[in-house]
Amino acid sequence: MSGSVEVQRRFDHAGMGEEATRRRRRGGEEDDEEEEDEDERGMEAWERAYADERSWEDLQEDESGLLRPIDTKTLVHAQYRRRLLQKSAASAASRIQKGLIRYLYLVVDLSRAASETDYRPSRMVAVAKCAEAFIREFFDQNPLSHIGLVTIKDGVAHRLTDIGGSPESQIKALMGKLECSGDASLQNALELIHGYLSQIPSYGHREVLILYSARNTCDPGDIMETIKNCKNAKIRCSVIGLSAEIFICKHLCEETGGSYTVALDESHFKELLLEHAPPPPAIAEYAAANLIKMGFPQRGAEGVIAICSCHKDVKIGGGYTCPRCKARVCELPAECRICGLTLVSSPHLARSYHHLFPVTPFNEVSSVVPFKLSQKLAQTCYGCQQSLLSHGSKPAPHVSCPKCNQRFCLDCDIYIHESLHNCPGCESHRGSTT
Amino acid sequence: MNAASAPSKLYSDDVSLIVVLLDANPFFWASSAAAAGDSASSHHPTTTLPFSKLLNHVIPLLNSLLLLNQLNQVVLVATGVNSCGYIYDSGDGGGGSACGSVPAICSEILRRLEEFVVKDRLQGKSPDKVVATGVSSLLSGSLSLALCYIQRVFRSRARHPQPRILCLQGSPDGPEQYVAVMNAIFSAQRSMIPIDSCVMGVQHSAFLQQASYITGGVYLKPQQLDGLFQYLSAVFATDLQSRNFLQLPKPAGVDFRASCFCHKKTIDMGYVCSVCLSIFCKHHKKCSTCGSDFSQGPTDANASSDRKRKTSEVQP
Repeated sequence: MSGSVEVQRRFDHAGMGEEATRRRRRGGEEDDEEEEDEDERGMEAWERAYADERSWEDLQEDESGLLRPIDTKTLVHAQYRRRLLQKSAASAASRIQKGLIRYLYLVVDLSRAASETDYRPSRMVAVAKCAEAFIREFFDQNPLSHIGLVTIKDGVAHRLTDIGGSPESQIKALMGKLECSGDASLQNALELIHGYLSQIPSYGHREVLILYSARNTCDPGDIMETIKNCKNAKIRCSVIGLSAEIFICKHLCEETGGSYTVALDESHFKELLLEHAPPPPAIAEYAAANLIKMGFPQRGAEGVIAICSCHKDVKIGGGYTCPRCKARVCELPAECRICGLTLVSSPHLARSYHHLFPVTPFNEVSSVVPFKLSQKLAQTCYGCQQSLLSHGSKPAPHVSCPKCNQRFCLDCDIYIHESLHNCPGCESHRGSTT
Repeated sequence: MNAASAPSKLYSDDVSLIVVLLDANPFFWASSAAAAGDSASSHHPTTTLPFSKLLNHVIPLLNSLLLLNQLNQVVLVATGVNSCGYIYDSGDGGGGSACGSVPAICSEILRRLEEFVVKDRLQGKSPDKVVATGVSSLLSGSLSLALCYIQRVFRSRARHPQPRILCLQGSPDGPEQYVAVMNAIFSAQRSMIPIDSCVMGVQHSAFLQQASYITGGVYLKPQQLDGLFQYLSAVFATDLQSRNFLQLPKPAGVDFRASCFCHKKTIDMGYVCSVCLSIFCKHHKKCSTCGSDFSQGPTDANASSDRKRKTSEVQP
C-alpha cells in the first residue's frame, strides 16, 4: 500500500517539479514537520507509526496461544551467550592467537545506492553513524592499531584519511564527506588499499572492512586478479552488505579469510559492524611474529614550554617526549614524527591483555532442580547483590562461574564478559586468582 | 559491545552513590599497629595507625556522607587477603527497624566486619600457609564487586545517583593482580566512574595512582594519619558537582613507563612481542612467554606451546 502512495507522490513531484520544491522549501522554514513528511517516502503519519515502531514484533504467542510481550532480557542474554560460546569454542579448538596490532582500512560505499532510504534517514547516514561508533569502539579495544578510511564514489576509490591512530580525526573526515553519487567499484577500492597496505610492517595484520550498499560493481579490469593479489598480500577482506548477498563479495571474503554478512536492518547492521571491533583470530602465516621496538615516554612536567612535532605548535606543559629523539608529541599512542619510533604507555598494552586472557564462559544454572540444594549457598548475585529469586521464591535464571562456583545474575554475566573482563568471584578468592 | 556500559547518563542532581573499599588486611594492620606503638614512644610524627583507630575515622565519614544528602547511598566493601565481601549497604532494607540511627549503623558495620575478618582468616587457613610478610589485599576483587554493584544501580533506574568508588588502601600492591586491576580500571573509565584513592601505607600505590589518573578521581596519600577524618571529609566527601569548585590535590605525576619481563627494569625503550605484547629490554631470538620465533621471515607462529604467561610482570 505504501508503495502505491509512493508512486503517486513521485508522479506528483515529476509533474509539478519546480513549484513543488519551492513550496516545500517555503513550508520547511515554517514547519519542520512537513519537511519530514516529504522525506519519509511520502508515508502518512499513521502509517509511519506502524512502520517505525513495529509494535507487533514485540509480541509472541505462548503455549496456550495467548499473546505476550517478548521477554527481551532473556532473549538478549540468550543471544549474547550464543556469541560468547561461539567465540570461546573457536579459540579452544585450536590455540588461536589474536591479531592485536591491526591495520584496517574501512571502506564506505558512497555510490548511488547509498542514497536509498530503506535505512533511516538514508543508508549513507546510517552507515556513517554506525561507522563512528565502530571507530571509537575499535580504538578502545585495539589501542595499538590503526585505521584508515576509503570511499567509493563515481566508480573510483578515494582515500579519505591516511592510516592513523586518532579516532577523532577519522570521524571528522568521514562526516565532512557525506555525499553520494555514481557507481561503486570494488576492484578500484581493493587496488588502492592493496597499494597502501603493502607498505605496512610485517607484524601488522592487514584488514579491509567494506560497508557495501550497492548491488553491483563497476570495474575496469578483472576483479578475480585483484582478489588473488589481495590473498597473496595477506589482506583479510570482510564485507558487510546493506542490500542483498552478492556473489563477488562472498567470493572475496572466502578467498581472503574474512567474513561476509548482510544486514537486515539498522540495529542488525550496527551489531554486525561492532563484531569487527574485537581482534580477529590471527591466521598463523598472515603476520610474522616479530619484536617491535617501542618507546615508553614520560609525561612532560607541567609548565614546560615546547613545540610539539604533531601539530607544530607551541604547547605549555603536558605532552610526551620521545625517548630516542626527544621530540615532543601531544598524545599516546603515536608514532614519532621524527624518528618513527612507536610510542605507547603501559596502560595501552594492558588494555589489550583481556583479549588474550578472556573470562571463561559461565554455566547456566538450570533453575528448577538443583536450586533446592543451592538455596543454602546463595540467593543473591555474587556481583551486585541482586536477589536471584524472581517472583516470590521462584529462582530467576542465573549463571555460575565454573572456577569459583559463585552465582551471578544475567546482567552481571553480560557486564563481566563484555566490559569488566574479570570474574569478581575468582578475583576475590586467593588461590583461584590467575 | 558497549551494551554493558551505562547507556544513559541521567544523574540525579547532587545525589551520590559512594562505594567504599576498605582494606581489611590483618597482616598490614598488625604491622601498622606495631609501628604506631613504636613511633608513639619515640615522638615521631605518626605515619601509621591501627585498624581500630582507622574505623574511628571511617565510620564518621560514612555517616557524614549519608548526612550530606538524604538520598545519598553508601556501600561498604571489605577487601581481605583471601576474600572480599559486602559489609554494609545504606540502601538495603530501607524500612529496617533501627535504620538511620547512627549507633545502629555503627554496630551493624562493626558486627559484619568482625564476621568478615573471621571468615577471611578461616578461608586462608585451609590451603597452604601464606607468607605473612608483604601480603597484598585482593583489590581487584573488591573493585570488580563495586563495579558490578554500580552497574546494577545504572540498570535499576532511569535517573540514578552519581556513582564513585573510594579505595581506602593500606597494604602494598599485589603484582599478580595487575591485569585484573587494569581491566577494572578501564571498565570504570568506560562507565565514567571516578576511582578516588586514599593510601595509608608506607609506599605509594602504583595501581591506585593509575586508577585515579585514568578515571579522573583524586589520589591522596595523607601525611598525618592522626587527622585522617579531616582529609577524608575535606577531599572525598563532596559530590562530583562541587568538586569543580574545590582545590583538590593535584594528580601526581604518574609513571607510565613499563618494566621489562626479563630483568624487571623500568625502561624507556624496549621490544614488544607482536603476538603477546610481552616487553623485553633487548632483542631476543624467541619470546620467553609465548614462544614465538623472531627470526627473519614468516615463521610458524603456532609453535607457541605455552600460551600461559605470567601476567604479573607487566607492572609498570
